[in-house]
Amino acid sequence: MKRRNFFSAAFASVLRLSVVGALGASQLLLSPVMAATSEESMPDQVKGFDIAARSDRSDRGFGDSEAEMTMVLRNAAGEEASRSMRFTTLEIPDESVGDKSLVLFSTPRDIEGTALLSHAKMLDPDDQWLYLPALKRVKRISSRNKSGPFVGSEFAFEDFTASELNKFSYTYLQQEACGELLCDVVERIPRYENSGYTKQLAWVDTTDYQIRKIEFYDRRGSLLKELKFEDYRKYGDSYWRSHRLIMRNLQTNKSTDLVYGEYTFGVGLTDNDFVKGRLARLR
Amino acid sequence: MDRYFDAIDKFSARLTRRVIQFRWLVLMGVVVMTFGAGTGMSKLEFAANYRTFFSDDNPELAAFESLQATYTKNDNILFVLEPLEDTAFTNNTLAAVEALTAEAWKIPYAIRVDSVSNFQYTSAIDDDLIVEDLILGAKDLTPAELASRKDIALEEPLLVNQLVTPSGAVTAVNVVLQYPEKNLMEVPEAVNAARALSERIETDFSGINISLTGVSMLNNAFSEVGQMDAGTLMPLMFLVILVMAWLILRSIAGTVSILLVIAFSTIVGMGVAGFFGVKLTPISMSATTVILTLAVADSIHILISMRGLMREGMSKFDAIPEAVRLNFVPVTITSITTIVGFLSLNFSDSPPFWHLGNITAVGIGAAWLFSITLLPVLVSLLPVKVKEAHEAEWSQIMMTRLADFVIAHYRKLLFGISVVVLVFMAFIPSITFNDQWVEYFDERVEFRTDSDQALKHFGLYPIEFSVPAFEAGGVSEPEYLEYLEKFVVFLRSQSEVIHVYSITDIMKRLNKNMHGDDSSFYKIPDNRELSAQYLLLFELSLPYGLDLNDRINVDKSATRVTAMLHKATTSETKIFLANSRQWMAENWPEYMQAQPTSAQVMFTYITDRNIHNMITGTIAAIFAIALIMIVALRSFRLGMLSMIPNGLPLLMTFGAWALLIGEVGFSVATVASISLGIIVDDTVHFLSKYVRARNEKGLSSEDSIRYAYRNVGMAIIVNTIILVVGFLVLTTSAFKMNVDMGLMTIMSILFALLLDFLFLPALLLVMEKGKSTVSTSDSRSVPESL
Repeated sequence: MKRRNFFSAAFASVLRLSVVGALGASQLLLSPVMAATSEESMPDQVKGFDIAARSDRSDRGFGDSEAEMTMVLRNAAGEEASRSMRFTTLEIPDESVGDKSLVLFSTPRDIEGTALLSHAKMLDPDDQWLYLPALKRVKRISSRNKSGPFVGSEFAFEDFTASELNKFSYTYLQQEACGELLCDVVERIPRYENSGYTKQLAWVDTTDYQIRKIEFYDRRGSLLKELKFEDYRKYGDSYWRSHRLIMRNLQTNKSTDLVYGEYTFGVGLTDNDFVKGRLARLR
Repeated sequence: MDRYFDAIDKFSARLTRRVIQFRWLVLMGVVVMTFGAGTGMSKLEFAANYRTFFSDDNPELAAFESLQATYTKNDNILFVLEPLEDTAFTNNTLAAVEALTAEAWKIPYAIRVDSVSNFQYTSAIDDDLIVEDLILGAKDLTPAELASRKDIALEEPLLVNQLVTPSGAVTAVNVVLQYPEKNLMEVPEAVNAARALSERIETDFSGINISLTGVSMLNNAFSEVGQMDAGTLMPLMFLVILVMAWLILRSIAGTVSILLVIAFSTIVGMGVAGFFGVKLTPISMSATTVILTLAVADSIHILISMRGLMREGMSKFDAIPEAVRLNFVPVTITSITTIVGFLSLNFSDSPPFWHLGNITAVGIGAAWLFSITLLPVLVSLLPVKVKEAHEAEWSQIMMTRLADFVIAHYRKLLFGISVVVLVFMAFIPSITFNDQWVEYFDERVEFRTDSDQALKHFGLYPIEFSVPAFEAGGVSEPEYLEYLEKFVVFLRSQSEVIHVYSITDIMKRLNKNMHGDDSSFYKIPDNRELSAQYLLLFELSLPYGLDLNDRINVDKSATRVTAMLHKATTSETKIFLANSRQWMAENWPEYMQAQPTSAQVMFTYITDRNIHNMITGTIAAIFAIALIMIVALRSFRLGMLSMIPNGLPLLMTFGAWALLIGEVGFSVATVASISLGIIVDDTVHFLSKYVRARNEKGLSSEDSIRYAYRNVGMAIIVNTIILVVGFLVLTTSAFKMNVDMGLMTIMSILFALLLDFLFLPALLLVMEKGKSTVSTSDSRSVPESL
């Protein structure tokens, strides 16, 4: 499984298909998604998966990436707070292992140097370690359920770590206009037991195959959050990255914006940069 | 003959003749008008939110709304689970808690569920921070595991007294809801889901009794009790009026006419309310009962007069205009004064009372119009027979005797009643105010019994403090956390406080966990970075909906401390709030000073606000009514004099209430306005007859008093009985504010009767004696009734 970066890649990497070669119907039926659903695959499920796969293929092989990001949190009263951090992502070609990522916080000052290392898993909780500079120790976080908000934002951790293709089953719904583009609307249902969502709807454009919007539905099936991807820029030949992600909680009226700086690809990172021993020596 | 009265008399008699002449046209007009206004009733909906009791510019509401915008909304449903066994830590009960916790997320608009099962218990093994549900898979836990979970829960300050009792016998599940507030069905929708869930859990896990309370249940109870009242009070009221009208009039035509007049008046009042977008509350719903009661009076006066005239031999068609003519002035004046009284409710700080005042004012206006139009038409159309009866003579004799008694002993009466009034007034300061929202509902309401049950184990009255830190991120400063911790200790030492929720407990626990569960580190971390990084770590490990966003604001420059009060009265809450403010002022730096806020705080100050506003309103109404009396009676002296029998019954009522009951909610503030408009009627009737005798017939003051007794004495008594019975119906309401309002109004009506019969005539005599020392025509015989 490959992965670009936590947020902007949220959905695209999910939909990426790891199977090399042409995508045949027979292979689809053999894939875990299909195995989990009924024997008679509905055409809409095939189509939904197909759209996911196409979006996925567009991003294969980026290797690694790094970007600075500012997070702007806003409450119902309109008060704001911001946090900044650096994201580093390592694409893992092996499909049975999730991508690896590092988040290094730089502001606010009292969490400067705090670093989060994450190894994504398929259907189990991700492995996570946090380095606390004030304690000068690395702590492993053992929690089966990390669907809570990431550092107080409206983004849940699973909004970007649970982005593995096989964590969802897909159904194609319809095609509709999204801004100036035309989008396929795909429903995806988390297969991860402790997910905070019952379903998500994703709008994938038919021109560049990028996600333009995701709607998150809570355990009751009510619309909970809406995530918009804006300011897409193209790197190299095929790597699209959104530079502004806007998540709005429609139940509490709180919102979080993620604003990215320029991405750097091909930093030259390896597995050795993504082990807990390295956490204390970042910066 | 006074030209002024003459003109009105001529106008009213002519009007009535015209009305009867074009009776079908009038009837059609009335019906069209009523049903036209009545279509507005389809727009009426029951408000399901306690906030409707607070006006938009109420400062306590504004403070609370601001707190809720900063953190999260405070609407909740609390499930209290009482197992038959003496412990909740059994496989069965904990499995019920687990199931309830999981299912409660599906209650519409739920955004958070807290229970002992999903409590995020943190522990440490080497360098692993383990964050997990305190109870998982309760069905299969061994007795040893159950015991260890119990020990953890009972040692956890965030749980004990909040979600589990100190003995572990009773536990609770709290659901926080956030409504989009787009329509009024949202609250009932959530409540119905909660009730269904509660029943399902009770069935699936036997031996557990579940009570439901919380802000959403309260809000729902407001709308339920309003509907309950509408279903019981209205039919009862119609029945009571039917019986009374029959007993008084002994006439089917009269009874039917009265019922139609009052029903139409109520429809107009409620219909107009619908057009103005009024949201119904138990308070504004009581307008229907009040209109029905008050609207009867106008018609009764006219019909009694008509019956008297027909007994004297007048034909029906002559008697109707004459009866309207005789009553036109008093009926008009009493309607106007009643309207003025009710309109003065607009001075209140509480919108439901504005609605009560305005709806009733419209209804009374309609009743006046219908009494001089619809009533004559109906009576003219329906067959009316009058039997010769002797009761009238009996009542005349009684009234004459009463008049003679008062005239003979007026000095003694004046003195005696003054003393009684002063004694009652002396007790007024001992009245105590109490506005506990649970007690607004009587035991017939499920919410009340459930809340009483819940109150045996947990607190229901949260007080919130949003405590600012020095700067963004400042909530992690050791100084701030230490100060906060001291405040928590202070709060926990207060007898009213049953539980305190503060992040300091989380901080201390995390500090311990981060040091390999060493209990010597169960204290506030000693540097800011450490605290900030603990919070970051903790936030990363929490599941959906259990975050700290409802405790810490976005830029981490303030946290919220919640002190849960057990059964605390308004005055106890006031003392607690004052003590908290004083503690903060004495112990905290300037930047941390916080204002307590919550629904309980709002209810605590609503009495003060309403009383302050209503004193202004009542004084304004008393002067407006005095002015109306001066104009209507064409006498400055009598108008001013009328303020005495109008004002004193209110003071006596408050005194008597202090003596007999002692405690009252903020609805008391509005009783003065409501009663005033009603009790004035007796004075109006008595004085207008007195003036008629003095000016029109040129009688002496004594004979004028006799004339007034004979002519309106009985009508005033009948009217008083109708009003007392009508407001008695209101006291059967399941809503305490209505009950108090009804009882107090009854008291003031009875005191008014007493004063008008025994005190007002004595006052008139003293006044007249002061004017001309010699009474001119004591011996003149009292003329027969008109």
